[in-house]
Amino acid sequence: MIVLVPLIKVIVVVLIVLGIVSYLVLAERKISAYMQDRIGPNRVGPKGLFQPFADIIKLVLKEMIVPENANGFIHALAPMISITVAVGALAVIPFGNYIVIGGQKISLIVANVNIGVLYILAMSSLGVYGITLSGWSSNNKYSLLGGLRSSAQMISYELSLGLSLVGVLMIDGTLQLDKITMAQSAGLWNIVYQPLGFLIFVTAAFAETNRLPFDLPEAEPELVGGYHTEYSGMRWGLFFLSEYTNMIVSSALMVALYFGGWSLPFINYAAMAPNLAALLQVVTFFAKIGVLIFVFMWVRWTLPRFRYDQLMNVGWKIMLPLAILNLLGTGAVLLAVK
Amino acid sequence: MMNNGNGKKGPQLTLWEKLYFPEIIHGMSITFKALFRPKFTRQYPEERWVPPPVFRGRPVLVVEDETNVERCVACGLCARVCPSLAIQVQAAETELDKERYPELFEINMLRCIFCGFCEEVCPEEAIIMSKDYEMTFSNSKDAVFGKDKLLTPASQLKDRLEFLKQYR
Repeated sequence: MIVLVPLIKVIVVVLIVLGIVSYLVLAERKISAYMQDRIGPNRVGPKGLFQPFADIIKLVLKEMIVPENANGFIHALAPMISITVAVGALAVIPFGNYIVIGGQKISLIVANVNIGVLYILAMSSLGVYGITLSGWSSNNKYSLLGGLRSSAQMISYELSLGLSLVGVLMIDGTLQLDKITMAQSAGLWNIVYQPLGFLIFVTAAFAETNRLPFDLPEAEPELVGGYHTEYSGMRWGLFFLSEYTNMIVSSALMVALYFGGWSLPFINYAAMAPNLAALLQVVTFFAKIGVLIFVFMWVRWTLPRFRYDQLMNVGWKIMLPLAILNLLGTGAVLLAVK
Repeated sequence: MMNNGNGKKGPQLTLWEKLYFPEIIHGMSITFKALFRPKFTRQYPEERWVPPPVFRGRPVLVVEDETNVERCVACGLCARVCPSLAIQVQAAETELDKERYPELFEINMLRCIFCGFCEEVCPEEAIIMSKDYEMTFSNSKDAVFGKDKLLTPASQLKDRLEFLKQYR
């Protein structure tokens, strides 16, 4: 029982999230089309709803080409690192409070570790390895440049990402994501206390997930495809999936940290039947994630790409000082209040 | 001021613009409105574009509706004027009033450049440009359109004939 429950949770979470991811690809294509006065995919199935299946079948059937003189082992390993790390970060996301099955409380977190936020930061740092190794092992200068860019970018933005989070952690005094959610469901959402921290976090999250306006690692006009230039078939697909999974993880993190997680104001879950409450909580959580992911896509189809020196300037000269300022301000206010 | 790469200074931004976020939100409001704009996509195989009469599509030979005889008298002017040498005409005699008719009339659609010179030069208004823009063939033999494909009743070409009467 002790082994079985987490195992089932893992399988359910991975299946649900990967299912959502494949539909996110369709959503992104639809949204981009609508923003450009087009219709987007509408041929496969009603309204194009079966497009993800067609995409996946195509990716699986395609040949996975390994370039000559590439390091075959690392070339195969890199996408696996990317997807493992991306999915692994989901382990500490609180999708809801708990459900009751057979009189037993089962919390809706795969692993409720007491260093949840730290674990996610560690996982997102590991994600650099997948990208850098793929760029390095491809034996292609564009891939290498993409990989190098991404490592420089992620290292510079991780600092502000981590520092912007510390404000929230100081307010709630815990690293456990479900406790942070609980604290917010009792009072106001953290975005009210930490608007500047949230802005820094969002910007850094865009850089961490390699999404526009910070998608320099795969800037098409300069680098062909960046780190995944030499990838094809499902190995490329894994990079694609991990990008969208990363989007889900960072949106989930934002929801849990700043937007009250599964809680909603004026709704008292404690008064409901526990399983109904859990269902509502999960739906709420995913709805909030959906809104944030729409923002991710919205920004991608609005903003042009930063230049590399601009990226570094923003990261080190603006974001980092602002994050430190936010930290000092939060500390001062907390000291004055308590 | 940031260096924009060519040594010149970029445009001066106000403080409000330098804050990034207000301008980003402005940009996002534009793309959000774009979500609800009417779409330009034409669902091609179901929804086809009907060109206006000025359109120069595939050249065709006009057949009179009443007599079911083509107007062409096989004078060969079209073949003569054709800049890409796409037209081949072979004349023959007939009992009808026009005395001559094209025994063979072929247009190589791989050579045709849709310039409309044949139509312009034709004294009988016998070869005119149609609205047809969908031509597919899988080998070069199929691309040579003979009389079977070229002959078209005048009633189907009313728009173009009307247009030619007005503007030629």
